[in-house]
Amino acid sequence: MAQRGIREYDAKRLLAKYLKDYMQGLSYDFKAVLVTPETDWAILEKENPWLKDTKLVAKPDQLFGKRGKHGLVLVNATLDEVKSWIGEHMGKEVTIGRVSDALTCFLVEPFIPHEKEYYLAITTEREGDRIYMSAEGGIEIEEMWDKVNEAFIPILAKKEEISKIIKNAVPKEIEEKETFAQFAEVIYNFFVDYHFTYLEFNPFTIKQNLIYPLDAVARLDDTAQFECAEKWGEIEFPTPFGRKYTKEEAYIKQLDAKSGSSLKLTVLNPKGRIWTMVAGGGASVVYTDTISDLGAAQELGNYGEYSGNPTTDETYEYAKTILDLMTREKDPQGRPKILIIGGGIANFTDVAKTFDGIIKALEDYKDKLKNVNAKIYVRRGGPNYEKGLAKIKEAGRKLDLPIEVYGPETHMTRIVKLALEEK
Amino acid sequence: MAKPKPDYILFDKNTQAIVYGYQTRAVQRMLDFDYICRRETPSVAAIVAPTRSNGYHKCFWGNKEILIPVYRHFEEAVAKHPNADVMINFSSHRSAYPTTLDALETDTIRTIAIIAEGVPERYARKLAAIAKQKKKWIIGPATVGAIAAGAFKIGNAAGTLENIIRCKLYRPGSVAFVSTSGGLFNELNNIISQATNGVYEGVAVGGDLYPGSTFIDHCLRYEANPNIKMIVLLGELGGTDEYAVIEAIKAGKITKPIVAWCIGTCAKLFASEVQFGHAKARARGDLETADAKNNAFREAGVIVPNSFDELRRVIRETFEDLKAKGQIPEIVEPEVPPVPEDFAVAQAKGKVRRPTNFICTISDDRGEEATYVNVPISEVVEKGYSLGDVIGLLWLKCRLPKWASEFIEMCLKIVADHGPCVSGAHNAIVTARAGKDLVSSLVSGLLTIGPRFGGAIDGAAYYFRKFCNEGKTPRQMVDEMKAAGILIPGIGHRIKSVTNPDKRVELLKNYAKNNFPQTKYLDYALKVEKITTTKRGNLILNVDGCIGVLFVDMLNSCGFKAEEIDEIIEAGTLNAIFVLGRSIGIIGHILDQKRLKTPLYRHPWDDILYAIEPARNIGEQGK
Repeated sequence: MAQRGIREYDAKRLLAKYLKDYMQGLSYDFKAVLVTPETDWAILEKENPWLKDTKLVAKPDQLFGKRGKHGLVLVNATLDEVKSWIGEHMGKEVTIGRVSDALTCFLVEPFIPHEKEYYLAITTEREGDRIYMSAEGGIEIEEMWDKVNEAFIPILAKKEEISKIIKNAVPKEIEEKETFAQFAEVIYNFFVDYHFTYLEFNPFTIKQNLIYPLDAVARLDDTAQFECAEKWGEIEFPTPFGRKYTKEEAYIKQLDAKSGSSLKLTVLNPKGRIWTMVAGGGASVVYTDTISDLGAAQELGNYGEYSGNPTTDETYEYAKTILDLMTREKDPQGRPKILIIGGGIANFTDVAKTFDGIIKALEDYKDKLKNVNAKIYVRRGGPNYEKGLAKIKEAGRKLDLPIEVYGPETHMTRIVKLALEEK
Repeated sequence: MAKPKPDYILFDKNTQAIVYGYQTRAVQRMLDFDYICRRETPSVAAIVAPTRSNGYHKCFWGNKEILIPVYRHFEEAVAKHPNADVMINFSSHRSAYPTTLDALETDTIRTIAIIAEGVPERYARKLAAIAKQKKKWIIGPATVGAIAAGAFKIGNAAGTLENIIRCKLYRPGSVAFVSTSGGLFNELNNIISQATNGVYEGVAVGGDLYPGSTFIDHCLRYEANPNIKMIVLLGELGGTDEYAVIEAIKAGKITKPIVAWCIGTCAKLFASEVQFGHAKARARGDLETADAKNNAFREAGVIVPNSFDELRRVIRETFEDLKAKGQIPEIVEPEVPPVPEDFAVAQAKGKVRRPTNFICTISDDRGEEATYVNVPISEVVEKGYSLGDVIGLLWLKCRLPKWASEFIEMCLKIVADHGPCVSGAHNAIVTARAGKDLVSSLVSGLLTIGPRFGGAIDGAAYYFRKFCNEGKTPRQMVDEMKAAGILIPGIGHRIKSVTNPDKRVELLKNYAKNNFPQTKYLDYALKVEKITTTKRGNLILNVDGCIGVLFVDMLNSCGFKAEEIDEIIEAGTLNAIFVLGRSIGIIGHILDQKRLKTPLYRHPWDDILYAIEPARNIGEQGK
């Protein structure tokens, strides 16, 4: 699919695993636990005796940053303090930037008293990877950006070249220069080997050959799953903070994961008047653009797409999900609900086959569609499209549903205009 | 080697490709395109199919058929086809990286299209970098490909032949385009063909974050190609590849008119980040939004519509403007040779019909799940159908009552084996010991089944039923058979007798008496047995006879009509019970021999009477 964020806990867990397997001299004493509403403290304490013996740090681990600035980091606390602090915060709704969500997952680690706060981050670009290093890490890193050294590693760079580039870029201010360079290089290899697309330790500290990543942010390239299954172990790709999946979205996600084709659904407004069922990753965006250009964004129910020649059954399940959403409530102003079955001119998707699934779903929801006074607009081209269009037209007649059907001779997004003109 | 062509031309009328992956449909589509473009040679030089052996794939060239070589190994295809400078890589996202690396290492492959979606970004970046070093081209990953109108097309690009003809892609126009999306690639073919004199070339670079070649690479090619008069670019939110084109325009490296549009202007409506259909389609920062890119294009003097809806209009206006300035050459429309419609396509449209050569009335494997006479296999398992029930479905096309299914299973169990000495087992053992495989050994055993071995079931069913139905008394049957000189099938046993009954027969008889609604033929056969056993004690109704008559009783009780029963017996169904059951035993013997590693069997001389007489002379000798 694409780049996906992982929990700080997992980033650190992977680092510990990598260092154990590959590194000599430097090590990382990985101690961390995740606390969720399901966590049983008694078991957790039994399995992690260090929780009782050390001072602790606790913070939410839900793919959002600036936790310190939001007062969401508890430091130098006893286990009892951590328990009551998490107890107070668990389930609480917080707003970070533009999004709000409930706190449901906390990371608890030993508290590491430290002086030096180093910074290390790696990003990817087309031609290579960029390593950022600084002796002055911490929450004010943006303000201290002029102290950050950059090292650019070309994508095809050989081992010796990589070492040299990194060594030369370690900031002068860093005292443990050798250890730092060694660490940076190992982290870079880790980054490459585990298919990270972003990794940041801000800050981390070094004490006598021990590395302490105090904070970590990471994204993985989930398409490398086939190669990294063992390296990653049981990895979780949590949903972005503020992004709560509805039952329907979760269902389509699950359908998508199982299928060789692509099936996507994002519910934008459950009470929306306009619903789309568009084939193709690009075309679906164009339809959404057009609806918003025509000033109907507020009325749009969903974003979604199906592509890559889905089976009739997959299309049926997908269509049913959308029809169910759009037929739950009538438009409060009594206007018709609109369904846009759109798409470009397919290269290899069998249009008739996918339409079979849609028609089957229309049959199931015939009465409910009539109940919300649904109007349906179709535009599609590609293999077998004449048959597909004829079938859906016939279905409209048979089911007594108003369906307008257009082929490739009509501009792709013309049906949006037609639909919106319908009062 | 291919004729040298300018650097800016990736595909011309002589370009040939090696297709990696057994994608027969895509290959046919390429060949159909070639045919309507009147290419002299097919654009597919060879197919590499890693799971097949070397050979040929048959496909259509117009209404003729031609053979395309198939290789198991890519290296071999490359060595045999040095003219092919394109690789169309259909391998999965798992193997796209190593296979593309192989292609980059060759001397002859210059352009590689990677179709797979989900190639890890690091690998895509490496491939792109290596390609750049070697001055080679990668299109994709996650692309449908590209098309050079009238010359060459990659795989499934541009869809069906009807679409290609409607969009006039069989001859070059003056407009080249590059898009991210494969679906919109085809939409652009459509739009450009309607708004201008047609497409010269189109490339879909693919929806991944790091495509092997980007907008700028292709725009610079288009700029250099004197036959291209204007460029259309369709980008989207996510990534920064569009800015390279903007820089090139500002630097004066691109001077031809460009119409550009980036889709995804709607993204600002969503509060939380939304991953759109393509991997790339997520804006990280303001620079990557569609609005920012569209504005940057506008500022650079690119023609940017206000929405996708307006794209066709601005393309038309830009083209008309060039035409007015006399920059667009006249195109002589070629005649397009008709391509016969594929039978499957025409049939799907209901345009043609053809009598079928085969009929099947018992099972269907066309749906999501195979069925046994309309019963899906999952239902067979979930509802606990017995083996007898399955035989009922597939042999008799009916759902048998429980007592009948159980009877069939009982028969199978009873006939499963009869020791190593009987001819079937013996033959199988000898064959297995000759080192032959299981199927050969099994078949050699089964081949002994016939009138003398195992065949009595059929015969018994036939004769007992015949005489009984004709209303003849058992005595009449014995007499008439004797007069005809036929031993009654199913009567007689080597050892067993009235006083030493066959346990198997007893079991069958008891089961039938207790469970069958009626046993008319068994009763008849037993009366015959009464008569024959008075002659000799071992002329009893044997197990074959008992199964034969009971099977007829079963069919009769289940309501099969007399003609149907005739047909069932004539078709050899009863014999089949023996064949199926005994196969279990024969397989057992074969496995036994394999396990024991028994050597080749050679029959001893002393067990054979050699009675050889001099050959007779027939006819006149020496002529």
